[in-house]
Amino acid sequence: MHVTSPVREPLIQGGKTYADVTEDICRHVEATPTKEWKIAFGLSLIVLAYGSVCLAWTWWEGLGVWGLNKTVGWAWDITNFVWWVGIGHAGTLISAILLLFRQKWRTSINRAAEAMTIFAVICAASFILMHMGRPWMAYWALPLPNAFGSLWVNFNSPLVWDVFAISTYFSVSLVFWYIGLIPDLATIRDRATSKVSKFMYGTFAMGWDGSAKTWARYEYISLILAGLSTPLVLSVHTIVSMDFATSVIPGWHTTIFPPYFVAGAIFSGFAMVQNLMLITRVVYKLEDYITLEHIETMNKVITLTGSVVGVAYITEFFIAWYGGVEYEYYAFFNRMTGPYWWAYWAMMTCNVISPQLFWSRKLRRNITFTFFISVVVNIGMWFERFVIIVTSLHRDYVPSSWSMFSPTRYDIGDYIFSFGLFFTLFLLFSKYLPVVNMAEVKAVLRSTSAQLPAKIAGVAKVRQRGTAEPVYNKDQE
Amino acid sequence: MAELSGKYLVGVYDDDDTVLHAVPKLRKAGVKIKEVYSPFPIHGLDEALGHPRTRIGIAAFMFGVTGCCCVLTLMIWTMGFDWPMIIGGKDPISIPNYIPITFEGTVLFTAFGMVITFFISNGLGPGTHFHPRFDVRATDNKFVMAIEMSRNSMSEEEIARALKDSGAEEVNIKQF
Repeated sequence: MHVTSPVREPLIQGGKTYADVTEDICRHVEATPTKEWKIAFGLSLIVLAYGSVCLAWTWWEGLGVWGLNKTVGWAWDITNFVWWVGIGHAGTLISAILLLFRQKWRTSINRAAEAMTIFAVICAASFILMHMGRPWMAYWALPLPNAFGSLWVNFNSPLVWDVFAISTYFSVSLVFWYIGLIPDLATIRDRATSKVSKFMYGTFAMGWDGSAKTWARYEYISLILAGLSTPLVLSVHTIVSMDFATSVIPGWHTTIFPPYFVAGAIFSGFAMVQNLMLITRVVYKLEDYITLEHIETMNKVITLTGSVVGVAYITEFFIAWYGGVEYEYYAFFNRMTGPYWWAYWAMMTCNVISPQLFWSRKLRRNITFTFFISVVVNIGMWFERFVIIVTSLHRDYVPSSWSMFSPTRYDIGDYIFSFGLFFTLFLLFSKYLPVVNMAEVKAVLRSTSAQLPAKIAGVAKVRQRGTAEPVYNKDQE
Repeated sequence: MAELSGKYLVGVYDDDDTVLHAVPKLRKAGVKIKEVYSPFPIHGLDEALGHPRTRIGIAAFMFGVTGCCCVLTLMIWTMGFDWPMIIGGKDPISIPNYIPITFEGTVLFTAFGMVITFFISNGLGPGTHFHPRFDVRATDNKFVMAIEMSRNSMSEEEIARALKDSGAEEVNIKQF
């Protein structure tokens, strides 16, 4: 078993026992919804309803209700899609990559982060359906034999790769999340008092009993799923970036796109996790589980990925000049100084400058400041996608085709729809499912909890009595 | 969990270390342990119980190979044979362009195949929630050891004493 050096602060504070963990996490699931939750849920339903009306009109009337024109044929739709997909990268990063790296602090946040991932990908997918204009024909993107002869989808196209990448990512993330939920659903099932919750949690817990054999297999498949999800999460945003990078539009046609997009995705995803967790920990009184240590660590990831993004911006700009392609150079020069200069500088300020403030330990551990910067980062990342998409398109090769893009109320309304959907789903999740992975937290509790010295003393006593061979360090976790 | 029948002695422990140390001790004393149930994974417990190493990884690999072959076959057949097309001046069958989807298909088949195997091999599934369990506290904070009486030659008292000696805080009898 792994013993953590006492120099490090314990991951879980407050000297929790196993029973305390169950009690603390199950409390909000078992209680009736609070007034605050109902108000928040009501608000997000209103937002969702407004968005749905806008979306219904978009589909009824057609994409003409958006502010698109023949020069700018992609604008908020794809901006929002890439933004949501990017946000949807943090959950799998936390649950998969940090699992492979044995980062135990992930156990307190992985459940909520994965849920956020799934909801963000649903929001992203809604923009795919929206920008098709005729969503009832969405199945045309699938490789199905069709009525026009056996013409197939073009497997050489990154847009078709995207169909496979997003749907695989969504379904594998969902499975990974659900597998992690099963032991916790079993805990709630065994505590449930009402017939309905006994039946519901019991059905979804799939008869989990926590036997040693099941746990061994569970850990094994978690590891393989993590190993699969790690390249998967990198591939998804790589393929999203190829939607742009494989075209010949100046400003899109760059080889730096895949790593730059992936870093940006993790950057915005962690910012969104930060926003949600800072609220959740206060509302559900989980300060002992999601500690300042967790917040600080996530801020470090934000600073790292923010710096990668910053370096990518500068490299891209340098190569646009150094490469000597005048169209490329113009595209970047136009971003900085053209009519959309404000979007470019908003992106630079929010994404490059603001995360650098986290080099200060004091700011990194300041909750209000962290929340503020997380919002700023997500605004910045939205502008990044807007800058990439709209400013690259709006200056066409022929100056007579130059145009500007301005959103209509339906562009905005459809974006609002995705917020309504996201928060409705997240609120339902946070009420009816445990927001912290109880089983995993219990597993890291003993090697990291504040009670550790007592535990070690307990083992030493056993050793003196000669009753059992201690198995410490025999198998490194 | 599958349906249970017969008489069981159930030892309840309150610490993961105690139960982990108790297992080899009891096995040495000749007690045949059916299974240990815990609220979280205890590393080394399945080995201590003598469970064979899981072969689910082999299944996962097979599903991955299947997925890879299926998706690649689909693409080569549709693009190269069923309706050949030259796109971007490239050969109708251009393998580098197929890599992303081949990868996604491999991951998809592996993940789903492996998880379905996991459910089947553990007897997990909808409609199994009413199956009896030894102690419901095993999903909260207790570590529960089940000993099937019909498979043990030792007497009930002897096993109960051995369980107590190994650190069990309760020993219960469960009849199904």
